[in-house]
Amino acid sequence: MIEKTANKKAWLFVTPVVALVAFNALIPLMTVVNYSVQETFGDNVFFWEGVKWFEQVLNSERFHESFLRQMAFTGMILVIQVPLGIAVALTMPRKGPWVSVCLVLMALPLLIPWNVVGAMWNIFALPDAGLLGRMINGLGIDYNFTQQPVAAWLTTVVMDVWHWTSLVVLLAYAGLRSIPDAYYQAAKIDGASAWAVFRHIQLPKMKHVLTIAILLRFMDSFMIYTEPFVLTGGGPGNTTTFLSIDLVKIALGQFDLGPAAAMSLIYFLVVLLVCWVFYTLMMRSEKQ
Amino acid sequence: MAKIALEHIKHSYSTQLSGPQEWALKEVDTVWADGGAYALLGPSGCGKTTLLNIISGLIIPSQGRVLFDDSDVTSTPTIDRHIAQVFQFPVVYDTMTVYDNLAFPLRNRGVAEDKISARVREIARMLELEGLLHRRASGLTADGKQKISLGRGLVRENVNVIMFDEPLTVIDPHLKWLLRSKLKELHQQVGATMIYVTHDQTEALTFADWVVVMYDGTVVQIGTPVELFEHPQHTFVGHFIGSPGMNVLPCEVSDGTVRLFGNKIDTASSLLPDPDKGTIEIGVRPEFVRFDAEGFLVEIIKVDDLGRYQIVEARHEDHTIKMIAGEDVEIPSESPRITFDPHNTRLYADGWVVD
Repeated sequence: MIEKTANKKAWLFVTPVVALVAFNALIPLMTVVNYSVQETFGDNVFFWEGVKWFEQVLNSERFHESFLRQMAFTGMILVIQVPLGIAVALTMPRKGPWVSVCLVLMALPLLIPWNVVGAMWNIFALPDAGLLGRMINGLGIDYNFTQQPVAAWLTTVVMDVWHWTSLVVLLAYAGLRSIPDAYYQAAKIDGASAWAVFRHIQLPKMKHVLTIAILLRFMDSFMIYTEPFVLTGGGPGNTTTFLSIDLVKIALGQFDLGPAAAMSLIYFLVVLLVCWVFYTLMMRSEKQ
Repeated sequence: MAKIALEHIKHSYSTQLSGPQEWALKEVDTVWADGGAYALLGPSGCGKTTLLNIISGLIIPSQGRVLFDDSDVTSTPTIDRHIAQVFQFPVVYDTMTVYDNLAFPLRNRGVAEDKISARVREIARMLELEGLLHRRASGLTADGKQKISLGRGLVRENVNVIMFDEPLTVIDPHLKWLLRSKLKELHQQVGATMIYVTHDQTEALTFADWVVVMYDGTVVQIGTPVELFEHPQHTFVGHFIGSPGMNVLPCEVSDGTVRLFGNKIDTASSLLPDPDKGTIEIGVRPEFVRFDAEGFLVEIIKVDDLGRYQIVEARHEDHTIKMIAGEDVEIPSESPRITFDPHNTRLYADGWVVD
């Protein structure tokens, strides 16, 4: 056995990172914790409230509704984007000059700033002025995302699919490209059907990148704010008010800092919990 | 089982041809006998894998025909050719058990489950995989996985030919020997034609009854290991097979005699090549070079004593000549002279033997 030398100086190298993380994550987080257990009327005067805000948020109808809305949205996003992303990745060329063309086209939506995406789709889908909105209405379908909840939902989901499916495509494509040719050749010799190739070669080999894709898409869609805020502003009514939008409304619209802080901590814990469950499942299947 | 004939096969990977250097296979015209154990030997990039993929149908040759038992299969898809191929890196279906892996080719062909079970168990017994049948294939070691790849080939009863594309590359050295003997044993049991691609001459010579030597897109010689050793048809064969390889030295042909460094030399070649046509060289294996007071003068550079014999590296002008001398042979310390055994000294014109 080789003895490892304990060098305490190594900790010195870690300190800049620790300081940075403390400054941009821990300190703001603790501020939120501070607000979540106290009441303030400004002037830095605080009153201890214990878990009152947490109870209030957890029992509020409003929080339940936006939470369910959020779950529904994220669920729909994952159900559409993951299979669609895999399907697109499977049809992309493996070799030749079209590879880079496809990759650039795929990467384009990812490069557009989020508020621009929201603004683009807002204008695009306007029932009287937007190209998409007018076309749909021209087909005889009554479509107005600023007034109809279903239309608002559909537009938000389609916008997100347009914006983020590329991420799944690129990750799935990277996974597909890493499969050696010998696998496809062996499958041909074994007489495997296209479905069997997908089921027994491509899907298992894409497992890792897909796990990452699902995790990223979960986190991003669960925390979505900018695009629906610009597109619908959470409306009509509260029908597209997702968790982040609701949180901002409480914190900055109503200036209820206590409940907002409690809500953001609950929100954070939910994301953390889901990621942890996901990570554990991933690691467990790795060991098998 | 089938006899495989390759008729004037040429192949190029690029569709636009600007010159002969673009051919991955220049011209291959060979017949592989039914049930033979062949090794396809040659350096990396000589076209071995291309040739293999043409036989298996993964590549359609640019020119020429592939015949299985006199029926043209040039454009027949892989699945209908009834061939098996084992690749350099083991290919297993990770999500399946060893049993399901072995059963996969049969299930794809719609064989009844009870027949599959019997066949899989038979093959597992042959490959000594019985105890592992219900383990997940992804958890096996490289040699276990390679056995599965092989087993998926053997499990079908009607395979025409089993092809191995450098199958032992990722196997530990001590297991290589075991697996190689296993392959040899299987060849005797199964009786299918086997083609084994390798760039390792030891692997080729121990596995095969017939060795096909490829060089630069062409087959330069097909023969038994002994033939390759005693009668190399091409300087490449002489050089590639044997350790150390054949000595190839430039010589002159004039007035019906062969001269090496100004000395007249006797060779086994009865015809003399036209000196105006290409480079003429003399080829002699180190085994057939000996010390002789009648020979020509050399300078000894190095002697490696390998116990049973010694490898002597001698030099004449700019040319190195290697020789193998028995352990009891005294290396002359002053003005050593060497000669070649005329029966095993041949002339080569542009690389090809002159007989």
